[in-house]
Amino acid sequence: MTLLWIPLLSLLGSIISSMTGKLTRNQSTRLTMLMPIIALLMTISLAPAVFSGEVIRETFSWIPLLGVDIAFRLDGLALLFVFMILGIGILVIFYARYYLSSNDSMPKLYAYLMLFMTAMLGIVMSNNVIQLWFFWELTSISSFLLISYWWHKPEARKGAIMALTVTGGGGLALLAGLLLLGNIVGSYNLDVILASREIIQAHAWYEVTLILILLGAFTKSAQFPFHFWLPHAMAAPTPVSAYLHSATMVKAGIFLLARFYPALAGTDIWFIIVSLTGLATLLFGAYIALFKHDLKGLLAYSTISHLGLITLLFGLDTKLAAVAAIFHIINHATFKASLFMATGIIDHETGTRDMRKLNGMWRFMPYTATLAMVAAAAMAGVPLLNGFLSKEMFFAETLHQQLLGSMSWLIPVLATVAGALAVAYSARFIHDVFFNGDPIDLPKQPSEPPRYMRVPIEILVALCLLVGIFPNFIIDDILKAASFAVLGGYVPEFKVALWHGFNLPLLMSAFAVGGGLFLYAQRRHLYKFQESLPSLNAKKAFDGAMSAITTWCQLKINAIENGSLQRYLMLIFLVVLLFAGWPLFEMNQLSGQKQLTPIDVHNAMGAALLMVGAICTVIWYRKRVVSLLMISVVGLMVSVAFTRFSAPDLALTQLTVEVVTIILLMLALFFLPQHSPRESSSMRVLRDVGISAGLGIVVASICYALITRPLESISDFFLANAKTGGGGTNVVNVILVDFRGFDTLGEICVLGIAALGIYKLLINLPLFMPTSDSEGRPWAKERYPVLLASISQSLLPLALMVSFYIFLRGHNLPGGGFIAGLVTAVAFILQYIAHGSNWIAERLTINYRKIIASGIAIALFTGVGSWFFGRPFMTTWFDYFDIPLIGEIELASALVFDVGVYITVVGATLMILASLGQLTVNAPKKEVNV
Amino acid sequence: MELLYASCVGLLVACGVFLILRARTFTVVLGLTMLSYAVNLFLFSSGRLSLNQAAVLGYSSGYADPLPQALVLTAIVIGFAMTAFVVILAIRGRADLGSDHVDGSVKDKNEKVKV
Repeated sequence: MTLLWIPLLSLLGSIISSMTGKLTRNQSTRLTMLMPIIALLMTISLAPAVFSGEVIRETFSWIPLLGVDIAFRLDGLALLFVFMILGIGILVIFYARYYLSSNDSMPKLYAYLMLFMTAMLGIVMSNNVIQLWFFWELTSISSFLLISYWWHKPEARKGAIMALTVTGGGGLALLAGLLLLGNIVGSYNLDVILASREIIQAHAWYEVTLILILLGAFTKSAQFPFHFWLPHAMAAPTPVSAYLHSATMVKAGIFLLARFYPALAGTDIWFIIVSLTGLATLLFGAYIALFKHDLKGLLAYSTISHLGLITLLFGLDTKLAAVAAIFHIINHATFKASLFMATGIIDHETGTRDMRKLNGMWRFMPYTATLAMVAAAAMAGVPLLNGFLSKEMFFAETLHQQLLGSMSWLIPVLATVAGALAVAYSARFIHDVFFNGDPIDLPKQPSEPPRYMRVPIEILVALCLLVGIFPNFIIDDILKAASFAVLGGYVPEFKVALWHGFNLPLLMSAFAVGGGLFLYAQRRHLYKFQESLPSLNAKKAFDGAMSAITTWCQLKINAIENGSLQRYLMLIFLVVLLFAGWPLFEMNQLSGQKQLTPIDVHNAMGAALLMVGAICTVIWYRKRVVSLLMISVVGLMVSVAFTRFSAPDLALTQLTVEVVTIILLMLALFFLPQHSPRESSSMRVLRDVGISAGLGIVVASICYALITRPLESISDFFLANAKTGGGGTNVVNVILVDFRGFDTLGEICVLGIAALGIYKLLINLPLFMPTSDSEGRPWAKERYPVLLASISQSLLPLALMVSFYIFLRGHNLPGGGFIAGLVTAVAFILQYIAHGSNWIAERLTINYRKIIASGIAIALFTGVGSWFFGRPFMTTWFDYFDIPLIGEIELASALVFDVGVYITVVGATLMILASLGQLTVNAPKKEVNV
Repeated sequence: MELLYASCVGLLVACGVFLILRARTFTVVLGLTMLSYAVNLFLFSSGRLSLNQAAVLGYSSGYADPLPQALVLTAIVIGFAMTAFVVILAIRGRADLGSDHVDGSVKDKNEKVKV
């Protein structure tokens, strides 16, 4: 259970911190830090096992049929990332407490941060690629929330949208890639995938899969040409930038490369794509960073460049390069997080991040300046600091590759150039901000920040120094464990040391430092040159592309969606006609092999009545009452047809529903115009006749083709088991209450929901009742005819008895809960018609909502009841009892379920009609134009 | 008889669709009712047509397919619930919008819809 708890604690922290609004800032911070600290301690307790080469796994079955499990896995690589995510996360939370101004909502930031932390932990610990992808998308969404934290600033909103668009788009590519990968291997389990390198790389889909997955990784880790979202994401509060762009968000892309390294790497296409993308990003980022006047802009491009460096390392064809990449992941996280935090302090204390204004800060904040300078030196790769060690390894590895054939020497040269650029922008960070004369027009008088704001930076800078001076003591274990995971169970001999003797990499470092300082000294010429270049604004291009796409979509939407439901229906029917009609033309013969039944007189008469009724409904559709009468003929003939074709249950249901429906429509007509105006043009009528005739012909053809073919049905099972398994001889009813009882439960729920919806729709309905019919004749004075009133009253007990009889025999003969419920409902409706709802209300107070609820509850608990006997949901039970005088009777739990059905049907039907009928009593009488 | 049955279903579909394509809510409700007759008959017929073979054990030698019947039975009840919902929606729509046109109001044909 331990593994699951790590992301779970962080998620819990997110919920807790979102509720700390009423607490003081310190309390809120402590409470938020608590959960990740517990998670960190748990991780530390697991670390020794992982260092010894063990992989800790935990799996919870979720959708086994699809091969999707909730699966966690902690190996060396995951452990390294969990340490970084939790460790730097805790420092960022602590730092944010001092960074945020009193206007900013702290619980909001903390809740988002912890959500993001959960997502990151989920990515690195997933043992199922679908689950990994889920968390991947969760980082996109939570980073969107974090970047848009200051949502009132337009640049924050734009930056957030840009980040979401690019990383979300990459996420879709990643999903496609992971699905392909799962298909190739036959499992979504990461263990299986990582062990199937040969199968994957020999497969025809390998290239496509690789490119899709790399697209996901490159967009996330801001590789050229997808880098442009990262600088705009700097609109986020600085603690967020420190977290997202040092140890987490962008590192998720790098993590993906490392995670799938054992399965996907090793081919030429991997080396070419990954290394060249990395190289381009490394150079481009380092070059642009030099020209950024905004401190965070400089750091953003430097981040892009370092991510390029790590990507390039993964793309080099040596084992040691992968080790160096992992080493640099750690180092970059430490120095970049501390630099972002230092920038935050400078911004916080001076009110600006513009390096043209910031000068000579050394005098105002010497302590912060020292910390920032050490971190920047690590970024530049100065000896005695961690950045130097991984950069040395990087230089060494660039010498051992054959990537570009005879031009392979270019890579170490370009690497040195990038190193020089890194030294140059680091020098600028130090010299421009802390020295270089006096500050210009600062919004605030600068001073040292609160004591504790520096603590996170102190810890990180101490790490930079310790790793830089005693590499073996600090990071040997974790580096070996992570390399073991990335290289698939093999760690090459390597020694991280400060001093390897005089060799080529040291010379490259020396060139880089010298060249970088020279570049910085000559910066004025460089700036001038850069300014003379045509400016290429990624944001403008992105905005242009986005607005072009949205405008295009809007145009298309407007063309189709003009607000007319009539038109949508026409289009839908046209599409149905096309898709249902097309396959008919590809069929060779319409009629099947089944022996046709001859037409007899009864059937012919019934069909004729039905057709006449249907046609008359259409012909007289403007006279609404007449067409309502006509359609009731059709309904009646449908129930006759059910009787004729061996479906007595259906006939009974249809008959009762028909009665209820016609009463309902009559009532409704009372509140609606009695006539439809003539408004369709002849062309419109012609068109609609065409569409409806076409659909009629298509459906008739399909129906004919269907019923003339022999039947292969699964119903033999139901027929064979109805008596023995369900205890009833009426198979239709046994199916309803037993075999497919779960469906029926759903259906009575729908019935209940519809009734509640109607109840809601009728509340506060501003309704006007006509005082006369459409021809101006007033309504009859006698609202409730005496004859009907007296007959209906005596009919009620009779009807109730019939419905009780129908209900009881339902399991063995036609009948059952649905039909009995409808019969009962009709009997009550008759009372409403005969006496009016006030008369009923005086004698009977019924809350139909409670009736519906109790009906559904009875049906539900009958299903749940089988749990108490150790059976699955809705298992039915029945037995026969011999009762004196009455004889043998059968008791079945399905009967109780049918009671639930019965009650729901009665409640829902009566609620619908009674609520509408009530309106005729309550509505203000007022003439309306009909 | 199969031909006659299929023609009836087809005619009901045609009449139902035509009514649904009209502009007033009540007519659309009638069309929906008609269409649900057609759909129920169609689904029912997927168990093929048989005379005097109700699926009640012990009363005949062969049995009609009970599964489509069970499905159609619930479909009839739910169809009623939906018809009821739509017709009440129509009443509500007319009360709130002052018109029983399906688009909410009768639009001038030259007027462009604003988005």
